[in-house]
Amino acid sequence: MSTATVTEPPHLQPATDDVRLRVRGLRAAFSAAGGRREVVSGVSFDLLAGQCVAIVGESGSGKSVTARSLVGLVGRGGEVHAETLELYGRDTRRFRARDWRRLRGRHIGFVLQDALVSLDPLRPVRVEIGEALRVHGWGDRASRSRRVIELLTRVGVPLPHTRARQRPGQLSGGLRQRALIASAIALDPGIVIADEPTTALDVTVQAQVLAELESMKQRGASILLISHDLSVVAQLADHILVMQQGRVLEQGPAAVVLGSPSHDYTRALIAAVPGEHTRGRPLSPGSAPRQTERRAARGTDPVLEAAGLVKRFTGPDGSVTTAVRDVSFTLAPGETLGIVGESGSGKSTTARLVLGLERLDAGTVRLLGEPWSALPERRRRALRPRITVVYQDPLSSFDPRWTVERILLDALPREDRTSASTRRARLLELLALVDLDPELLGRFPLRLSGGQRQRVSIARALAPRPSVVVLDEAVSALDVTIQAQILDLLARLQHTTGVSYLFISHDLGVISHVSDRILVMKDGAVVEQGTPRTIFGSPQHPYTQQLIASIPEFDPASLTGAPLENPDPLPRPIDADADGRAVSSIRPRPATEVLS
Amino acid sequence: MTALEAPGQTLNAAALLARRPWGLYVAVGFAVLLLVAAVAPHLLTSRDPSALDYPAALQAPSLTHWFGTDESGRDLYTRVVFGAAISLPIGLGAAVVGIVLALLLGSTAALAPRFIGAAVDRLLEVMFAFPALLLALLLITVSGPSAISEVFAVGLGTAPGYARMVRGQIKAAKGAAYVEAATALGHSRSRIVRVHILPNALRPLVAVFALSIGQSIVWASSLSFLGLGVAPPSPEWGALLDAGRSYITVTPWLLVIPGLVVVAVSIAATTIGRHLQSRLERGDRA
Repeated sequence: MSTATVTEPPHLQPATDDVRLRVRGLRAAFSAAGGRREVVSGVSFDLLAGQCVAIVGESGSGKSVTARSLVGLVGRGGEVHAETLELYGRDTRRFRARDWRRLRGRHIGFVLQDALVSLDPLRPVRVEIGEALRVHGWGDRASRSRRVIELLTRVGVPLPHTRARQRPGQLSGGLRQRALIASAIALDPGIVIADEPTTALDVTVQAQVLAELESMKQRGASILLISHDLSVVAQLADHILVMQQGRVLEQGPAAVVLGSPSHDYTRALIAAVPGEHTRGRPLSPGSAPRQTERRAARGTDPVLEAAGLVKRFTGPDGSVTTAVRDVSFTLAPGETLGIVGESGSGKSTTARLVLGLERLDAGTVRLLGEPWSALPERRRRALRPRITVVYQDPLSSFDPRWTVERILLDALPREDRTSASTRRARLLELLALVDLDPELLGRFPLRLSGGQRQRVSIARALAPRPSVVVLDEAVSALDVTIQAQILDLLARLQHTTGVSYLFISHDLGVISHVSDRILVMKDGAVVEQGTPRTIFGSPQHPYTQQLIASIPEFDPASLTGAPLENPDPLPRPIDADADGRAVSSIRPRPATEVLS
Repeated sequence: MTALEAPGQTLNAAALLARRPWGLYVAVGFAVLLLVAAVAPHLLTSRDPSALDYPAALQAPSLTHWFGTDESGRDLYTRVVFGAAISLPIGLGAAVVGIVLALLLGSTAALAPRFIGAAVDRLLEVMFAFPALLLALLLITVSGPSAISEVFAVGLGTAPGYARMVRGQIKAAKGAAYVEAATALGHSRSRIVRVHILPNALRPLVAVFALSIGQSIVWASSLSFLGLGVAPPSPEWGALLDAGRSYITVTPWLLVIPGLVVVAVSIAATTIGRHLQSRLERGDRA
């Protein structure tokens, strides 16, 4: 592909036949209850044959709406305006629903994030995929069913004949996502729009899906990839648009945007991606630099010892599954032990066993030298404040009737409740610890942002002054820049309070960033443990090796190989001249301005 | 909803008026009237509900007799007004009995140790499967027709449905992440039930209970109509229906008007209950 052509301001570029999708000044707005909100303000790019254009942004950046506007799917109350919107040289701005239907499927394939809701739960996979062929009058019944098998094989579905007869509910998440991709590419469309195609997937499955998208690109398909994940984008994209608040902050060839970004926000996004290379460094700008050398071990007695943990569950049909088998580990004071594994690996069950929320079938847990797992619940209750938990979804872990103040008060130990003034002082101290404004005390969690909620959740976990905090996918649902802030906060809190973390995550990058030692789990068992260096440097177990190999390569340092001598030719957002200052602004516009 | 309304957004007066919940105002007004009728019926009528006036028997509604008169010349409007003092307590009483029973059964089913809970579950299923009317008949046959047995019969008939709702709500709240979070903080089980589970489980049911009042009044009236509750000389609404039944071809208003009153009461209770419900739901999002 001709990267040089793309960096040119596209309006100067001669019209070429291989421009499949041409977009200039795309704007999309939604109107609701008398107000109008522009969610996409001026997006321009060209999608060439065999090229992948990626739109990167966090929640609310307008990236998904952009993708939908391109194919006439903005939905109710949405308005789309564009100076140019051409598909294969045809102006689509006047398209009616019928024109769109003829194009979708045949020329444009759409892969959505959640395969479970995008596929009809009552229809077998072969009917779902076959329908894409049937409605466009492709072949006859027999050739269609051959084609379905061929497509499933192509996207890497094992046992395609069996899988084709199954319904989405009978397939795993990875297989569902691949079935969805198969239906999107059934007619070999020239353009595939993939909206967060791997977000809900385990890393090994993600690697397979990315490989399939890559091979489609090799075969000449144009891919528009929408993602929040820079490491995924780095794998596939030739050209990248960085969006925030509906605006394109920066765009250009992938190597330039990722290697030498011109916009602060892009730089922050790239810096926020955790990984081995970020160990001991803050991820977000403004965070105090972390102590490079890890704290010295304070005493050798572990705070937490788990030995031979076993947990079995009996299904409704009487079948017994072993969720956790013979898991043992220790956690030293001030240490972070990372447990990493894919869905179903038993890592969350291990967390619940350690927290004493689930009965052990075998094994023992000792907390601060006490026989934690052997204690009756009544005696255990007194010890519970020593080990607290932060969940993935903080909102559901708060009583919906309670304000932040009530939530934190509830977690205060008795010695902090002696008088109204000590209570108040401790609350303010906790809020200061997690960098929250005292004004938020009166708020309901529902009115807080995702990052603020997780901060409240962390404050609650720290309120009883615990020795161990279990972080169960605590940063997994957050946008990458917010995740970076929370990870920095956790590092700082560990440094100041000396608390130990049991950090559970599916995200290898996060785990390698935070952990002193790592446990790799698969099918309920620990397959390997060691320091990040040994795990990531020389993995021993085949599964660990596969896991490490699946991590999308993302090391910004490796991308700076082709630096630009002169920063001037850096691509600028195309509507910069029209609205230059606003484009570079990363602050949200005031509501009145949005609605006027 | 309110969050989307922009500051500075202008709405004309007509649109504002159209937005008011007029149905609710009418319902509340009607409820106030009913309350006055039940507490001080003389404020609404100057007649005596049992004053006989044979020459004026079976008259159609007119300016003197708004709802007409019955076979003994008693003023139907006055009887309906005085009937409120009998019908409303029966309906309210039955609703209270039903709710208390539902709370007891439902929370036992959801919170008691497994074997007790399972036993209550089975009991609820049997009660649920048994036709409510049959249950009411059984109770009344045993205790004899009276206002009190009517209250208990209706209460018992409505309890299983509400008990299942209570049970489901409590079970859902029990499994909530905030309950686990409270357990992990080391709070006692009784405190968790008191502070988290019951308030969160029962709040959505407040509106359901308001709705049940209207339903209970309809139920109680039907029992009286069947001669299983308060007997005809009484101006209870169901009894009025029963008495009017014999004259349905001659003077249909004797049946239709008390019937409409019962319908209106249950609509008013439902409207108020609905409003309460949406208020509470919005409260969740505060």
